[in-house]
Amino acid sequence: MAAEIDRTQDQIQEGVIWTQLDAAASWARKNSLWPMPFATACCGIELMATAASRHDLSRFGSEVMRFTPRQCDLMIVAGRVVMKMLPVLQRIWQQMPEPKWCISMGACACSGGVFDTYAVVQGVDRFLPVDIYIPGCPPRPEQLIKAIIDLQEKIQQTGTVGGREFASRMRAEGPGRFDTQEVIRMRERVPLKLQLPVYDPKH
Amino acid sequence: MTPETTTPVDSPFAEIDAGLQSYSHTWQVFHGQKKLIVSAGDLYNVMGQLKTAFGFSMLVDVTAVDFLEYAGAKDRFEVVYQLLDVEIGTRLTVSVFLNEPSLTLPSMYPLWTSADWMERETYDMYGIVFEGHPNFKRLLLPEEFTSFPLRKDYPVQGRGERHNFPVLTRAES
Repeated sequence: MAAEIDRTQDQIQEGVIWTQLDAAASWARKNSLWPMPFATACCGIELMATAASRHDLSRFGSEVMRFTPRQCDLMIVAGRVVMKMLPVLQRIWQQMPEPKWCISMGACACSGGVFDTYAVVQGVDRFLPVDIYIPGCPPRPEQLIKAIIDLQEKIQQTGTVGGREFASRMRAEGPGRFDTQEVIRMRERVPLKLQLPVYDPKH
Repeated sequence: MTPETTTPVDSPFAEIDAGLQSYSHTWQVFHGQKKLIVSAGDLYNVMGQLKTAFGFSMLVDVTAVDFLEYAGAKDRFEVVYQLLDVEIGTRLTVSVFLNEPSLTLPSMYPLWTSADWMERETYDMYGIVFEGHPNFKRLLLPEEFTSFPLRKDYPVQGRGERHNFPVLTRAES
Protein backbone atom coordinates (compact mmCIF):
# COMPACT_ATOMS: atom_id res chain seq x y z
CA MET A 1 0.00 0.00 0.00
CA ALA A 2 2.77 2.41 0.98
CA ALA A 3 4.70 1.54 -2.13
CA GLU A 4 1.62 2.26 -4.23
CA ILE A 5 1.29 5.81 -2.76
CA ASP A 6 4.98 6.45 -3.39
CA ARG A 7 4.58 5.37 -6.97
CA THR A 8 1.53 7.66 -7.44
CA GLN A 9 3.41 10.61 -5.98
CA ASP A 10 6.29 9.93 -8.31
CA GLN A 11 3.91 10.01 -11.22
CA ILE A 12 2.24 13.31 -10.33
CA GLN A 13 5.32 15.20 -9.16
CA GLU A 14 5.85 16.89 -12.50
CA GLY A 15 3.43 19.69 -13.31
CA VAL A 16 1.66 19.91 -9.95
CA ILE A 17 1.78 22.86 -7.57
CA TRP A 18 0.73 22.57 -3.94
CA THR A 19 -1.02 25.65 -2.57
CA GLN A 20 -3.82 26.74 -0.31
CA LEU A 21 -7.31 26.93 -1.69
CA ASP A 22 -7.52 30.55 -0.47
CA ALA A 23 -4.43 31.49 -2.42
CA ALA A 24 -5.68 29.79 -5.55
CA ALA A 25 -9.04 31.54 -5.30
CA SER A 26 -7.36 34.90 -4.72
CA TRP A 27 -5.07 34.29 -7.68
CA ALA A 28 -8.07 33.59 -9.88
CA ARG A 29 -9.95 36.60 -8.60
CA LYS A 30 -7.13 39.11 -8.91
CA ASN A 31 -6.45 38.18 -12.50
CA SER A 32 -10.05 38.42 -13.62
CA LEU A 33 -11.35 41.63 -12.09
CA TRP A 34 -14.52 42.79 -13.80
CA PRO A 35 -14.87 46.53 -13.30
CA MET A 36 -18.09 48.41 -12.85
CA PRO A 37 -17.27 51.78 -14.44
CA PHE A 38 -19.08 54.38 -12.35
CA ALA A 39 -17.82 57.22 -14.53
CA THR A 40 -19.46 60.57 -13.84
CA ALA A 41 -16.88 63.07 -15.10
CA CYS A 42 -13.60 63.52 -16.97
CA CYS A 43 -11.94 60.70 -15.00
CA GLY A 44 -14.28 58.45 -16.91
CA ILE A 45 -12.60 59.50 -20.14
CA GLU A 46 -9.24 58.42 -18.71
CA LEU A 47 -10.89 55.19 -17.61
CA MET A 48 -12.02 54.59 -21.18
CA ALA A 49 -8.55 55.45 -22.45
CA THR A 50 -7.09 52.93 -20.04
CA ALA A 51 -9.37 50.24 -21.38
CA ALA A 52 -8.62 51.16 -24.99
CA SER A 53 -5.87 49.60 -27.05
CA ARG A 54 -3.05 52.04 -26.31
CA HIS A 55 -2.92 51.30 -22.58
CA ASP A 56 -4.84 48.02 -22.81
CA LEU A 57 -6.17 47.20 -19.36
CA SER A 58 -6.84 43.65 -20.52
CA ARG A 59 -3.14 42.91 -20.01
CA PHE A 60 -4.04 42.83 -16.32
CA GLY A 61 -7.15 40.75 -16.73
CA SER A 62 -9.66 43.47 -15.96
CA GLU A 63 -10.90 44.61 -19.33
CA VAL A 64 -14.42 43.23 -19.03
CA MET A 65 -16.35 46.40 -18.23
CA ARG A 66 -19.85 45.39 -17.24
CA PHE A 67 -22.66 47.87 -16.95
CA THR A 68 -24.61 45.73 -14.57
CA PRO A 69 -23.41 45.54 -10.97
CA ARG A 70 -24.49 41.91 -10.71
CA GLN A 71 -21.58 40.83 -12.90
CA CYS A 72 -18.88 43.03 -11.39
CA ASP A 73 -16.44 42.73 -8.55
CA LEU A 74 -14.54 46.00 -8.87
CA MET A 75 -16.23 49.37 -8.71
CA ILE A 76 -14.22 52.24 -10.16
CA VAL A 77 -15.72 55.54 -8.99
CA ALA A 78 -14.36 57.93 -11.60
CA GLY A 79 -15.49 61.49 -11.11
CA ARG A 80 -17.37 63.69 -8.72
CA VAL A 81 -20.41 62.28 -6.94
CA VAL A 82 -23.16 64.72 -6.06
CA MET A 83 -25.59 64.27 -3.21
CA LYS A 84 -28.33 63.21 -5.61
CA MET A 85 -26.08 60.51 -7.08
CA LEU A 86 -24.69 59.05 -3.85
CA PRO A 87 -27.77 56.92 -3.00
CA VAL A 88 -27.52 55.48 -6.51
CA LEU A 89 -23.82 54.73 -6.00
CA GLN A 90 -24.52 53.03 -2.69
CA ARG A 91 -27.30 50.97 -4.20
CA ILE A 92 -25.06 49.83 -7.05
CA TRP A 93 -22.37 48.92 -4.53
CA GLN A 94 -24.86 46.85 -2.56
CA GLN A 95 -26.03 45.10 -5.73
CA MET A 96 -22.52 43.88 -6.49
CA PRO A 97 -21.87 40.30 -5.32
CA GLU A 98 -19.10 39.46 -2.86
CA PRO A 99 -16.16 39.55 -2.99
CA LYS A 100 -15.93 43.12 -4.27
CA TRP A 101 -13.49 45.97 -4.20
CA CYS A 102 -13.61 49.69 -4.84
CA ILE A 103 -11.18 52.10 -6.46
CA SER A 104 -11.73 55.81 -5.86
CA MET A 105 -10.27 57.44 -8.95
CA GLY A 106 -9.30 61.09 -9.07
CA ALA A 107 -9.37 64.06 -6.74
CA CYS A 108 -13.16 64.48 -6.85
CA ALA A 109 -14.02 60.92 -5.90
CA CYS A 110 -11.37 60.93 -3.16
CA SER A 111 -12.05 64.31 -1.57
CA GLY A 112 -14.54 66.34 -3.59
CA GLY A 113 -11.69 68.04 -5.42
CA VAL A 114 -12.24 71.68 -6.21
CA PHE A 115 -16.00 71.28 -5.81
CA ASP A 116 -16.33 72.30 -2.17
CA THR A 117 -20.03 73.07 -2.55
CA TYR A 118 -23.32 72.07 -0.98
CA ALA A 119 -24.09 69.52 -3.66
CA VAL A 120 -20.84 67.55 -3.99
CA VAL A 121 -19.99 64.70 -1.63
CA GLN A 122 -16.56 65.37 -0.13
CA GLY A 123 -15.10 61.95 -0.86
CA VAL A 124 -17.03 58.75 -1.57
CA ASP A 125 -15.03 57.01 1.18
CA ARG A 126 -17.17 58.79 3.76
CA PHE A 127 -20.09 56.59 2.79
CA LEU A 128 -18.52 53.63 1.00
CA PRO A 129 -15.54 51.33 1.73
CA VAL A 130 -12.69 52.21 -0.63
CA ASP A 131 -9.63 50.01 -1.19
CA ILE A 132 -7.39 52.08 -3.45
CA TYR A 133 -7.25 55.84 -3.92
CA ILE A 134 -5.81 57.39 -7.08
CA PRO A 135 -4.73 61.05 -6.91
CA GLY A 136 -4.77 63.28 -9.96
CA CYS A 137 -7.13 65.52 -11.86
CA PRO A 138 -7.69 63.42 -13.86
CA PRO A 139 -5.17 60.62 -13.19
CA ARG A 140 -3.20 59.28 -16.13
CA PRO A 141 -4.03 55.79 -17.37
CA GLU A 142 -0.70 54.59 -15.97
CA GLN A 143 -1.91 55.58 -12.50
CA LEU A 144 -5.08 53.54 -12.93
CA ILE A 145 -3.01 50.59 -14.13
CA LYS A 146 -0.80 50.95 -11.05
CA ALA A 147 -3.91 51.00 -8.87
CA ILE A 148 -5.14 47.78 -10.48
CA ILE A 149 -1.73 46.18 -9.86
CA ASP A 150 -1.77 47.35 -6.25
CA LEU A 151 -5.29 46.04 -5.82
CA GLN A 152 -4.24 42.68 -7.24
CA GLU A 153 -1.51 42.52 -4.64
CA LYS A 154 -4.00 43.41 -1.94
CA ILE A 155 -6.45 40.75 -3.09
CA GLN A 156 -3.68 38.14 -3.11
CA GLN A 157 -2.64 39.03 0.43
CA THR A 158 -6.03 39.31 2.06
CA GLY A 159 -8.43 37.21 0.05
CA THR A 160 -10.29 34.22 1.40
CA VAL A 161 -12.69 31.84 -0.29
CA GLY A 162 -15.58 32.83 1.98
CA GLY A 163 -14.80 36.53 1.98
CA ARG A 164 -14.31 36.36 5.76
CA GLU A 165 -11.72 39.11 5.72
CA PHE A 166 -14.58 41.60 5.41
CA ALA A 167 -16.56 40.26 8.39
CA SER A 168 -14.46 42.02 11.01
CA ARG A 169 -14.52 45.39 9.28
CA MET A 170 -17.56 46.78 11.03
CA ARG A 171 -16.39 50.38 11.13
CA ALA A 172 -16.31 52.86 8.30
CA GLU A 173 -12.80 53.09 6.88
CA GLY A 174 -12.95 56.57 5.41
CA PRO A 175 -12.98 59.88 7.25
CA GLY A 176 -15.98 60.74 9.40
CA ARG A 177 -19.17 61.30 7.49
CA PHE A 178 -19.31 64.82 8.87
CA ASP A 179 -16.16 66.89 8.64
CA THR A 180 -15.38 68.58 11.99
CA GLN A 181 -13.78 71.41 10.05
CA GLU A 182 -17.20 71.94 8.52
CA VAL A 183 -18.62 72.95 11.91
CA ILE A 184 -15.84 75.51 12.33
CA ARG A 185 -16.44 76.86 8.84
CA MET A 186 -20.17 77.12 9.48
CA ARG A 187 -19.55 79.07 12.69
CA GLU A 188 -17.23 81.42 10.85
CA ARG A 189 -19.88 82.09 8.25
CA VAL A 190 -22.18 83.72 10.82
CA PRO A 191 -22.52 86.67 10.52
CA LEU A 192 -22.45 86.62 6.77
CA LYS A 193 -19.51 88.50 5.35
CA LEU A 194 -19.88 89.42 1.72
CA GLN A 195 -17.52 91.47 -0.37
CA LEU A 196 -19.66 94.39 -1.46
CA PRO A 197 -19.15 95.45 -5.06
CA VAL A 198 -17.86 98.97 -5.51
CA TYR A 199 -18.71 100.82 -8.66
CA ASP A 200 -15.82 102.64 -10.28
CA PRO A 201 -17.21 105.67 -12.18
CA LYS A 202 -14.22 105.67 -14.53
CA HIS A 203 -14.88 102.11 -15.56
CA MET B 1 -21.56 102.78 -14.24
CA THR B 2 -25.09 102.62 -12.89
CA PRO B 3 -28.11 102.06 -15.12
CA GLU B 4 -29.98 105.19 -16.24
CA THR B 5 -33.72 105.48 -15.81
CA THR B 6 -35.00 106.87 -19.10
CA THR B 7 -37.87 106.36 -21.44
CA PRO B 8 -36.73 105.01 -24.79
CA VAL B 9 -37.56 106.95 -27.96
CA ASP B 10 -36.45 104.39 -30.54
CA SER B 11 -38.70 101.81 -32.18
CA PRO B 12 -40.14 99.44 -31.09
CA PHE B 13 -39.57 100.38 -27.44
CA ALA B 14 -41.32 103.76 -27.73
CA GLU B 15 -44.40 102.00 -29.08
CA ILE B 16 -44.23 99.46 -26.27
CA ASP B 17 -44.02 102.30 -23.77
CA ALA B 18 -47.10 103.92 -25.28
CA GLY B 19 -48.99 100.62 -25.40
CA LEU B 20 -48.37 99.93 -21.72
CA GLN B 21 -49.65 103.29 -20.47
CA SER B 22 -52.33 101.66 -18.32
CA TYR B 23 -49.71 99.77 -16.29
CA SER B 24 -47.17 101.47 -14.03
CA HIS B 25 -43.74 100.74 -15.42
CA THR B 26 -40.24 102.21 -15.65
CA TRP B 27 -37.39 101.73 -18.06
CA GLN B 28 -33.73 101.21 -17.34
CA VAL B 29 -31.00 101.46 -19.96
CA PHE B 30 -27.64 99.90 -19.29
CA HIS B 31 -25.02 99.75 -22.06
CA GLY B 32 -27.78 100.24 -24.61
CA GLN B 33 -29.84 97.31 -23.28
CA LYS B 34 -33.37 98.18 -22.29
CA LYS B 35 -35.08 96.76 -19.26
CA LEU B 36 -38.75 97.14 -18.48
CA ILE B 37 -39.59 97.08 -14.78
CA VAL B 38 -43.17 96.27 -13.83
CA SER B 39 -44.99 95.38 -10.63
CA ALA B 40 -45.81 91.81 -9.69
CA GLY B 41 -49.55 92.45 -10.00
CA ASP B 42 -49.30 93.77 -13.57
CA LEU B 43 -46.74 91.22 -14.75
CA TYR B 44 -49.10 88.70 -16.37
CA ASN B 45 -51.10 91.32 -18.29
CA VAL B 46 -47.96 93.15 -19.43
CA MET B 47 -46.39 89.92 -20.63
CA GLY B 48 -49.62 88.98 -22.42
CA GLN B 49 -49.58 92.30 -24.25
CA LEU B 50 -45.91 91.97 -25.11
CA LYS B 51 -46.63 88.60 -26.65
CA THR B 52 -49.84 89.33 -28.53
CA ALA B 53 -49.49 93.02 -29.45
CA PHE B 54 -45.72 93.44 -29.76
CA GLY B 55 -44.69 90.08 -31.16
CA PHE B 56 -42.35 88.76 -28.47
CA SER B 57 -43.01 85.17 -29.43
CA MET B 58 -40.27 83.54 -27.39
CA LEU B 59 -39.42 83.49 -23.70
CA VAL B 60 -35.68 82.90 -23.68
CA ASP B 61 -34.89 82.91 -19.99
CA VAL B 62 -36.39 83.19 -16.54
CA THR B 63 -34.02 83.70 -13.65
CA ALA B 64 -33.62 85.73 -10.48
CA VAL B 65 -31.07 87.86 -8.66
CA ASP B 66 -30.65 88.06 -4.90
CA PHE B 67 -29.66 91.57 -3.79
CA LEU B 68 -29.09 90.75 -0.10
CA GLU B 69 -26.32 93.02 1.25
CA TYR B 70 -25.89 94.55 -2.18
CA ALA B 71 -24.82 98.20 -2.00
CA GLY B 72 -27.74 100.53 -2.69
CA ALA B 73 -30.30 97.79 -3.35
CA LYS B 74 -33.86 98.49 -2.21
CA ASP B 75 -35.43 95.10 -2.88
CA ARG B 76 -34.33 91.59 -2.04
CA PHE B 77 -35.14 89.69 -5.24
CA GLU B 78 -35.39 90.59 -8.88
CA VAL B 79 -36.99 88.10 -11.24
CA VAL B 80 -35.76 88.59 -14.80
CA TYR B 81 -37.51 87.53 -17.99
CA GLN B 82 -35.72 87.66 -21.33
CA LEU B 83 -38.03 88.02 -24.32
CA LEU B 84 -37.18 87.65 -27.99
CA ASP B 85 -39.07 88.63 -31.10
CA VAL B 86 -37.85 85.90 -33.43
CA GLU B 87 -39.00 87.72 -36.59
CA ILE B 88 -37.00 90.92 -36.21
CA GLY B 89 -34.60 89.85 -33.46
CA THR B 90 -35.58 92.41 -30.84
CA ARG B 91 -34.73 91.47 -27.32
CA LEU B 92 -36.38 92.86 -24.20
CA THR B 93 -35.68 92.31 -20.54
CA VAL B 94 -38.67 92.44 -18.20
CA SER B 95 -38.01 92.38 -14.49
CA VAL B 96 -40.05 92.36 -11.29
CA PHE B 97 -38.77 93.20 -7.82
CA LEU B 98 -39.97 91.05 -4.95
CA ASN B 99 -39.53 91.08 -1.21
CA GLU B 100 -40.14 88.52 1.47
CA PRO B 101 -42.59 87.21 2.50
CA SER B 102 -44.59 87.63 -0.74
CA LEU B 103 -42.36 85.77 -3.18
CA THR B 104 -45.17 84.79 -5.50
CA LEU B 105 -45.55 85.53 -9.21
CA PRO B 106 -48.01 84.32 -11.82
CA SER B 107 -46.63 81.55 -14.02
CA MET B 108 -45.89 82.42 -17.64
CA TYR B 109 -46.66 78.86 -18.69
CA PRO B 110 -50.02 79.76 -20.32
CA LEU B 111 -48.21 82.29 -22.55
CA TRP B 112 -44.95 80.49 -23.30
CA THR B 113 -44.58 76.80 -22.47
CA SER B 114 -40.82 77.32 -22.36
CA ALA B 115 -41.40 78.83 -18.92
CA ASP B 116 -41.97 75.31 -17.56
CA TRP B 117 -38.48 74.25 -16.52
CA MET B 118 -37.08 77.77 -16.16
CA GLU B 119 -39.66 78.68 -13.53
CA ARG B 120 -39.08 75.40 -11.73
CA GLU B 121 -35.33 76.09 -11.69
CA THR B 122 -35.91 79.62 -10.38
CA TYR B 123 -38.00 78.13 -7.58
CA ASP B 124 -35.33 75.50 -6.96
CA MET B 125 -32.53 78.02 -6.54
CA TYR B 126 -34.28 81.11 -5.14
CA GLY B 127 -37.61 79.96 -3.73
CA ILE B 128 -39.76 82.17 -5.95
CA VAL B 129 -43.20 80.56 -6.23
CA PHE B 130 -44.96 80.66 -9.63
CA GLU B 131 -48.69 80.27 -9.28
CA GLY B 132 -50.58 78.48 -12.02
CA HIS B 133 -47.67 76.29 -13.10
CA PRO B 134 -48.98 72.85 -14.13
CA ASN B 135 -46.20 70.79 -12.49
CA PHE B 136 -44.63 72.96 -9.83
CA LYS B 137 -41.83 71.18 -7.98
CA ARG B 138 -38.05 71.24 -7.76
CA LEU B 139 -36.21 70.68 -11.02
CA LEU B 140 -32.56 69.95 -10.22
CA LEU B 141 -32.28 69.36 -6.50
CA PRO B 142 -33.87 66.40 -4.72
CA GLU B 143 -37.43 67.03 -3.63
CA GLU B 144 -36.60 66.61 0.05
CA PHE B 145 -34.12 69.49 -0.15
CA THR B 146 -35.34 72.35 2.02
CA SER B 147 -33.03 75.27 1.19
CA PHE B 148 -32.67 77.52 -1.84
CA PRO B 149 -28.94 77.42 -2.61
CA LEU B 150 -28.47 80.50 -4.78
CA ARG B 151 -29.78 82.82 -2.07
CA LYS B 152 -26.96 84.86 -0.64
CA ASP B 153 -27.68 83.81 2.94
CA TYR B 154 -27.13 80.16 2.05
CA PRO B 155 -23.50 79.08 2.62
CA VAL B 156 -21.61 77.73 -0.39
CA GLN B 157 -20.71 74.56 1.48
CA GLY B 158 -24.31 73.97 2.42
CA ARG B 159 -25.97 73.19 5.72
CA GLY B 160 -24.80 69.60 5.99
CA GLU B 161 -26.94 68.18 3.17
CA ARG B 162 -23.90 66.59 1.55
CA HIS B 163 -23.16 64.62 4.74
CA ASN B 164 -26.68 63.33 5.29
CA PHE B 165 -26.32 59.72 4.10
CA PRO B 166 -25.96 56.31 5.72
CA VAL B 167 -22.42 54.94 5.90
CA LEU B 168 -21.81 51.54 4.34
CA THR B 169 -19.08 49.42 5.88
CA ARG B 170 -17.35 46.33 4.52
CA ALA B 171 -19.15 43.94 6.81
CA GLU B 172 -22.66 45.07 5.99
CA SER B 173 -22.43 45.69 2.26
